[in-house]
Amino acid sequence: MKTLRRVVRRPVGAFAIAVLALVALVSIVSLFWLPQNPNYASGNVWLPPSADHWLGTDGSGRDIASRLIAGSRVSFGVALGTGALASVIGFLLALLGGLGKRPVREVVAVGIDVLVAFPTTLLAIMLTAVFGSGIPIVIAALGIAFGVSMGRVMRAEFRQVQGADFVVAAQVAGLSRTRILFRHLIPSVLPVYIVQVTWTMGTAVLAEASLSYLGFGAPKDVPSWGGMLASTQRFVSIYPETVLWPGLAITITVLAFFLFGDQLRDALDTRDPVDETAEVPR
Amino acid sequence: MSDSAQHAETGATALEVEDLRVSIDGTEILHGVSFSLAAGERLGIIGGSGSGKTITALAIAGLLPRGAVVTGSVRANGRELLGLPDRELASIRGDRIGMVFQEPKTALSPFRRLGAQMTEALAIHYRLGRAERRAAALRLAAQVGLKDPERMVRAYPHEVSGGQRQRAAIAAAISASPGLLLADEPTTALDVTVQRGILELFTEITDSESCSLVCITHDIAVVNQVAERVVVFEAGRIVEQGAVREILERPQHRVTQALIAAAGSEAA
Repeated sequence: MKTLRRVVRRPVGAFAIAVLALVALVSIVSLFWLPQNPNYASGNVWLPPSADHWLGTDGSGRDIASRLIAGSRVSFGVALGTGALASVIGFLLALLGGLGKRPVREVVAVGIDVLVAFPTTLLAIMLTAVFGSGIPIVIAALGIAFGVSMGRVMRAEFRQVQGADFVVAAQVAGLSRTRILFRHLIPSVLPVYIVQVTWTMGTAVLAEASLSYLGFGAPKDVPSWGGMLASTQRFVSIYPETVLWPGLAITITVLAFFLFGDQLRDALDTRDPVDETAEVPR
Repeated sequence: MSDSAQHAETGATALEVEDLRVSIDGTEILHGVSFSLAAGERLGIIGGSGSGKTITALAIAGLLPRGAVVTGSVRANGRELLGLPDRELASIRGDRIGMVFQEPKTALSPFRRLGAQMTEALAIHYRLGRAERRAAALRLAAQVGLKDPERMVRAYPHEVSGGQRQRAAIAAAISASPGLLLADEPTTALDVTVQRGILELFTEITDSESCSLVCITHDIAVVNQVAERVVVFEAGRIVEQGAVREILERPQHRVTQALIAAAGSEAA
């Protein structure tokens, strides 16, 4: 909580939190209320903004504002789902690969390297080919892919902290391995971990949009920002504003996640703001 | 100055290292080291980088990396430590052996309050309640000369100075009143005035707690200030040992002479 307050106090942090809160709020509201049916093709194509259609209609006569609002829940849901799945996978991999016995560590390290080299998009396309398209498939694909990269980063963090003097000191003090894990190792990697999660969520929004754009993300009847880009992009030279809205939504949301992560990192980092070795007389 | 003769009279041996050999990945890096330490005695281990002094300390504490092969004998209070399973070693550590490191920046976890860290060994070896633990933290803070203990026990490491951190780390090491304190270059990262305070603290602790000290350093001035006896290491062997004053006045081995000369030129 103290950390969050520190983030809000800075303008950039406040902006990031405001955007994320807005997206969260909009996606929750969209579950209960939308200005129009986002999938209803009215036949009135390419209408300009009006009281009925706040942002106009697209090439199929669907209300852009409603699609934008409904699309937020896909982006936000994928961000949350991917963040959760990736953190679990990343944490377990880091734990095994960083603190396990040597053979386990080495197998995990190689496994991570192999999986990191495997393209995320290809994984998603393969999963979609097998299980059909759907938001859970997107989350599974992104969660696995990003979880592995998180595991790689966190593994290194664990290895580093494990060699720190205070961990050795705790060993000398006679603390058990479990106690050292919970008292020393996990708290020490937590800041990096949290920041990794927020970055993963931002990247997930972007990746979901790309997948939906390619047609391997959200199904056709589920409005999503990536899908909106795909359906309007051919007319970008005639109706640029219809492409602008989903593009803007994606950019601002992703940016907010990244900025939030940056600010969080600064706020969480209590490690030595200044170098002082002299004992201060009081 | 307390004299070594007095400690020697009390008789008991705190630590006995005999023919200690350590190999890592098939290469022997410690070639049969033997020395002993009386209860309450302060021993300086001196030598250049890579001379084997830190490996010796790690071997005593049972902290060598998994690939290391150790032979010989390390006895604390007559009990053999080499070859003990981890669990038994854990009950001895903290309780019998405390350790202080070189770098006060990394010796404490950056995310936990000093009070909690100072009393960690104590709390697990004696199962203290919250209030008892707090009282112990305050007592320890005062003992290691931290001014304003109330504030100190609640502070995080980054909120205090390097010297204060080192004092807190020492408090953590002595919290369960170990019979042996291992200090690996405890003052190297501190400036000279702070260094003097820390070394005086070691002397105080060993005098009042009937605790022995092994202080590893490359600095002959530190040995002169804190130790009664000194062991000189080179290339994984002990090349000279004896009473500090004697060794300083009549160094026999060229390594010792070089170390003394180096200290002299630094002072000049």
